[in-house]
Amino acid sequence: MAEIVLDKVTKRYPDGALAVSEVSIEIADGEFIILVGPSGCGKSTTLNMVAGLEDITSGELRIDGERMNEKAPKDRDIAMVFQSYALYPHMTVRENMAFPLRLAKVDEATINQKVNEAAEILDLTAHLDRKPANLSGGQRQRVAMGRAIVRNPKAFLMDEPLSNLDAKLRVQMRTSVSKLQKQLGTTTLYVTHDQTEAMTLGDRVVVLRGGHVQQIGSPQYLYDNPANLFVAGFIGSPAMNFFPGQIAEGSVRSPLGTVPLPDRLKQAVQSGSGQRDVIVGIRPEHFEDASLMDDASRERGGLITVKVDVLESMGSDAYAHFTVDQGTSIDSAELAELAADSGRTDTGSDTGFTARLSAATRAKAGESIELWFDTDKLQLFDPSSGKNLVEV
Amino acid sequence: MAILQSPAGKKTAWTLVDIFVIVYALFPVLWILSLSLKSSETLADKSFFPTDISFEHYETIFSADVSLFIRPLINSIGISVIATLIAVVLGTMAAYAIARLEFPGKRALVGVSLLIAMFPQISLISPLFEMERALGLFDTWPGLILPFVTFALPLAIYTLSAFFREIPWELEKAAKMDGATPGQAFRKVIAPLAAPGVFTTAILVFIFCWNDFLFAISLTSTENARTVPAALAFFTGASQFETPTGSLSAAAVIITIPIIVFVLFFQRRIVAGLTSGAVKG
Repeated sequence: MAEIVLDKVTKRYPDGALAVSEVSIEIADGEFIILVGPSGCGKSTTLNMVAGLEDITSGELRIDGERMNEKAPKDRDIAMVFQSYALYPHMTVRENMAFPLRLAKVDEATINQKVNEAAEILDLTAHLDRKPANLSGGQRQRVAMGRAIVRNPKAFLMDEPLSNLDAKLRVQMRTSVSKLQKQLGTTTLYVTHDQTEAMTLGDRVVVLRGGHVQQIGSPQYLYDNPANLFVAGFIGSPAMNFFPGQIAEGSVRSPLGTVPLPDRLKQAVQSGSGQRDVIVGIRPEHFEDASLMDDASRERGGLITVKVDVLESMGSDAYAHFTVDQGTSIDSAELAELAADSGRTDTGSDTGFTARLSAATRAKAGESIELWFDTDKLQLFDPSSGKNLVEV
Repeated sequence: MAILQSPAGKKTAWTLVDIFVIVYALFPVLWILSLSLKSSETLADKSFFPTDISFEHYETIFSADVSLFIRPLINSIGISVIATLIAVVLGTMAAYAIARLEFPGKRALVGVSLLIAMFPQISLISPLFEMERALGLFDTWPGLILPFVTFALPLAIYTLSAFFREIPWELEKAAKMDGATPGQAFRKVIAPLAAPGVFTTAILVFIFCWNDFLFAISLTSTENARTVPAALAFFTGASQFETPTGSLSAAAVIITIPIIVFVLFFQRRIVAGLTSGAVKG
């Protein structure tokens, strides 16, 4: 149990590359914090600095108020779960889990008791005398967790612990990780590149890009109030749609049509006089098939007629992919990076937009459909800085 | 060629090849064994199998003057074992550093050790002879152990660093996180996993030391440090006109035994795939 404070922690490699730049995070006791971002954003480096596996170039790391920068990993009393699990192959499951306790010179009876307790929690009792080579991926993952929880450390660090599991197992383990963390109440720092894991697991999410913190907040807050284009595009699945647009005289003009600015946005953009370029963002789930809406609700939003290119039915809802003539294209480094990370630049179809409609929709691929969208949920970003026009 | 395509035909073909290779490799050894078991009278009877088995040559070499065979045998065992131990311990540390750490001069170190391995040993004999005489190492155990270690180390470093590179680095990080000091991490996690490599290397180094003739014949002068391969050259027959074929064969068989024992003993430790299961891969 501990609170961890990262105070302007920076990592610069000897070759001058800046991996992490002035990251400041305050993690409360028992909190579950997710570090998320595309590969190369510095999330694993940050975790390794907290672990003590990498030196901190500047800034300070404090655990329970005590400076940790110079302490060896073994003196920080934190446990880590590795992406590859890093189980000791020459030891049985029991020996693997007992290893940290043995090193701490705990007496044999206590070791046995603690290992058995942990095995009980993780449903590993039947496998205690097997070697890691004979375990399945999920079991190995649980042994790695077991090795972390036996000694009751001040904090858990997890480096993409689920990314080697297959999709179904990953969802199951996600739930158990969350349950385990709540049960033990141990401060946890969890690294992932998967925004779904970030959204579902964390009390708070830290979005990193290029070594800089983009935004820190609860998953819902990040979803509702993304600080910039990067966070907006990263959080949420399918990703937010972006259109180039202009605002003038209390309304916003974009390929979606001209709609009045919602009150929420009016004050934020008042400062700029006259016409101003913006990037308009709207999430797929804020679209709906207009024919399914009653008149009263239709009034509250905008309407646009589009031609559906592809319709993917997910059972519970349907994803309609469409294109609109957007005039100028959006030129944003942040969006380009997101596209590169998700492999979208390789497919060559980066002008596609997605709407998430209810399953009852009668939309068909190749046919036109009238879409309603919720103008209240529009997000406006500054095209040059990428910042959300609404201060968050 | 149809017969070679069928599974049974394939098996037969492979069996024939295997038998050929084994006979080819072991025939000289069997011949020596056969010679050593023949009595002096039947030594030249040109038959492969001894007509009557006699251990007289074994008795001869063990009952003769201690300096003839027993003392060199003790020298051989002692010098080879000590040289192997030193080379493996030093090699393990060096290989670990080369595989894991970045330090200035790493490439130079690797290059120099390769250079030593390639250097023709014969060209070093004269200077070594002079140096060892000046230092008082000539005809002593250390006088042989030193060159053995020197020339075995590159071999040890190369084999071992290949093994160390195979071990996932994350295991070491995990050990550190679990509270191990660097020393504990090495002893309890890395060393056990590198054991197959260490044993393989030990076998290779031991064989190198055991078989060496060049240094043994040049850097010794008495039974004080003379090893068996060198001592064999001093075998004489009962009279100066007789070739000591029987005794030589018996001695050759005897000095093969430690190698076989050594290999069999360590072979069981060389478990392939010991690191499987450490990391998902």
